[in-house]
Amino acid sequence: MSQHKMQVSAIENGTVIDHIPVKSLFDVILILGLDNIENQITFGANLDSKKQGKKGIIKVSDKYFENDEINKIALVAPHAKLNIIEDYFVAEKRDVIIPDIVTGIVKCFNPKCVTNHEAIVTRFKVENKEVLALKCHYCEKITTRDELLVI
Amino acid sequence: MKNKSLVSINDYSVEEILYILKLASYFEKNPIQPLMQDKVIASLFFEPSTRTRLSFETAMGRLGAKIIGFTDSSSSSTTKGESIKDTIRMVSNYADLIVMRHSLEGSVRYASEQSSVPVINAGDGANQHPTQTLLDLYSIQKTQGRLDNLKIFLVGDLKYGRTVHSLLIALSLFNPEFYFVAPEELSLPKEYKLFLQRKGITFYEDVEMNNLDKADILYMTRVQKERFSDPMEYERVKNAYVLRNSMLNKTKDNMRVLHPLPRVNEIDTDVDSNPKAYYFQQAENGVYTRMAIISAIMGLSLT
Ligand SMILES: [Zn+2]
Repeated sequence: MSQHKMQVSAIENGTVIDHIPVKSLFDVILILGLDNIENQITFGANLDSKKQGKKGIIKVSDKYFENDEINKIALVAPHAKLNIIEDYFVAEKRDVIIPDIVTGIVKCFNPKCVTNHEAIVTRFKVENKEVLALKCHYCEKITTRDELLVI
Repeated sequence: MKNKSLVSINDYSVEEILYILKLASYFEKNPIQPLMQDKVIASLFFEPSTRTRLSFETAMGRLGAKIIGFTDSSSSSTTKGESIKDTIRMVSNYADLIVMRHSLEGSVRYASEQSSVPVINAGDGANQHPTQTLLDLYSIQKTQGRLDNLKIFLVGDLKYGRTVHSLLIALSLFNPEFYFVAPEELSLPKEYKLFLQRKGITFYEDVEMNNLDKADILYMTRVQKERFSDPMEYERVKNAYVLRNSMLNKTKDNMRVLHPLPRVNEIDTDVDSNPKAYYFQQAENGVYTRMAIISAIMGLSLT
């Protein structure tokens, strides 16, 4: 252990998701379905970060994510860093990548969109990854980062 | 395009658009074509639209098809809370083709994914109305003899007008020059201007109908009071978007005035008898264009 005081206790095996914007912490939990799993989870909010002022962090014991699964969080936490922990050591570091097609995570911001009225899994084409512009497969309207709501 | 739904004008390539227009011209010359006597078409108007429905049902009737369906959702099972999915699953077991109008945007795309037969979009809220776009293109081609290199004036509500947006995107395939005339509050959204800039298409913007002598097509649309945040502003500008017969004096001989109808007061009735007024023929062209779309999707072989 380093001279830094750990803000959230270490895990033996599993995944640490670091550098989550504080406001997106619960969205990340929802997107990954962490509210519905048996694994031990610890998370912290409003932790000091050199990069972004305050940050959130989530540690999930004995769980490793597929790329497709973890990349979903890039919509709300584009700068999140993944640390794969094995036997208390960081075995691998990974970035998240915004996918080309987003299915079933985000709500279409258009109140007249059919997906907001019937039980339909939303689907978007990511038209712009820098500013985050999602084009609805159904109503063809664009949902942007500011309008983004996680289902 | 056989067995392929028509939900958005973007679903068709240039070749497919031109093929539909060619078929429409064939049906105009031979309007009685009972090619679908053994076929059933479902006409599902969840949202009423008398004009569009009559045009579609005339096209279906001329093709000899049997028509089933409803004219608004109060007479359909949706008032009992049935989902779009269930209605479409059921009807697609009865009919060979579905024509659908609904107030929710994206509803027809969704229906086309649930249906076992092709679906034609007859308007999904403010989103798409591709058969209107195709009949507009047919009218332009018929009156000008071509679609390419035309000077197109689009007048009125360019912000909310779905007709205008779809037409603009479709015409962009044919190297047009656009003249947009709209009150500042209802001017063309930025995304469409960026689209035109990316495609290298020349366009001009004005708040009044100037330079009409340049026009090949003058496409008028309604300017509705409800669209203005300030009713006084509407009162101040409304007269600038009314076309009067005298304004057509210096226009080209083969210039034509189009309007998707219904008109309120944006075209003075004194224009109606001018040979340059084309909006009623435009509506008639809708029947031939819809016959063309239906027969192309059904893969009918023409006699
Ligand atoms: Zn949508």
